[in-house]
Amino acid sequence: MKHHCEYSLFALVCLALPVFAQANPPQSGRDFQGKETRALEADEFANPGMLWVEQGAKLWREARGAAGKSCADCHGDAKQSMRGVAASYPKADANGIPPGRRVLSLDQRINACVESRQAARAFAWESRELLSLSAFISHQSKGLPIKVDITGSAAAAYARGKALYFQRIGQMNLACTHCHDQNWGKTLLAEPVSQGQPDGWPAYRLEWQTLGSLQRRLRACFFGVRAEQPAFGSDDLVALELYLAKRAEGLPIAAPGVRR
Amino acid sequence: MGVRSPRWPVRKPLPQARERGESGPARRFAAAAALSLCCHGVTHSNENAPDRIDTPLVATPGDAGRGQRIFAERDGGHCVLCHAAPGITQAGNIGPALHGVGARLSSAQIRLRIVDITRVNPGAVMPAFHRTTELNRVAPERKGQPILPAQQVEDLVAWLSSLK
Repeated sequence: MKHHCEYSLFALVCLALPVFAQANPPQSGRDFQGKETRALEADEFANPGMLWVEQGAKLWREARGAAGKSCADCHGDAKQSMRGVAASYPKADANGIPPGRRVLSLDQRINACVESRQAARAFAWESRELLSLSAFISHQSKGLPIKVDITGSAAAAYARGKALYFQRIGQMNLACTHCHDQNWGKTLLAEPVSQGQPDGWPAYRLEWQTLGSLQRRLRACFFGVRAEQPAFGSDDLVALELYLAKRAEGLPIAAPGVRR
Repeated sequence: MGVRSPRWPVRKPLPQARERGESGPARRFAAAAALSLCCHGVTHSNENAPDRIDTPLVATPGDAGRGQRIFAERDGGHCVLCHAAPGITQAGNIGPALHGVGARLSSAQIRLRIVDITRVNPGAVMPAFHRTTELNRVAPERKGQPILPAQQVEDLVAWLSSLK
């Protein structure tokens, strides 16, 4: 019996070790939502973001532009070809368009394909089409850990994103780190402060009554601290996305999330 | 007190060694900085003493009742976002609860902490509510404006000082 207890204790310590080894494991934004919001995200039939995923699946197969090609014509079944792709973005893709020159967010990568392969006009930021495709593609990585490359041509963007993350900005004089590293888990009025993890994006935000991109969410934070909002697709926002992705490494993709 | 020191805004980035419980280089730097001020013949009046702003920012005395509303209202300071205080039903907890703050700090100390908390705590999360310089990427429509006008700062000082 005594041995049994010791074994149990040993097993317990072994189980606990990985938790302690990683001082600050990233925690999904989902964990900072209310019970009902979490339930809404978890149920694929109730999750409103799934409407965009379904729309994206349709768009994936639709021929578009002067080239008359669909995404599927080149990429085939997204279940296979897009599995894990969103988990690696933003990315300076050596085989991408433009090839390896700059880091692109997933939205930018989709539009680069639309313009160059389909010879169609790029989708507008936050348009239903672009959000649908990015939700659909992100959903193919569901459960896969975020893992981004910050070497080579991505190094400068990563450094830029990190610098911005730690820079006090706006009339409120706050950096991202002040809330999302130093005070997550506490509350702003009644609202818990999250770690600012990107795993659930694009997400359906109840406040917006629609699905939105991570960049839209980041711009809302800039607005909140009364800072100038960087434009969609700006180097600042892509760099910040890259820093957030690196910071979130290991966290499984959970798009589309549902947020307050 | 000799040379009249300028009124707010004055920003002296003196590290607050004692406040932050630091020792060693930071404290020595603070001492050196203080010494250099003396050597340059600047009288170190209470006006720009690092821990307090003695002179109210406006002539009209602060109104504690207005201060309480400014504390709670979204259009005011919205201090409740981070601070609990007496009579406030719902508040955040990023900053400390302010029950009894009027007994712990003088009005002059409270004034400085609202105007620019970074002068006593450079790493503070709390915004500098009445500072317009040394800020980055401020939204164009907010540029050059403090978060709270001087009168509202005084109203807040009046209310917080009353919390004994």
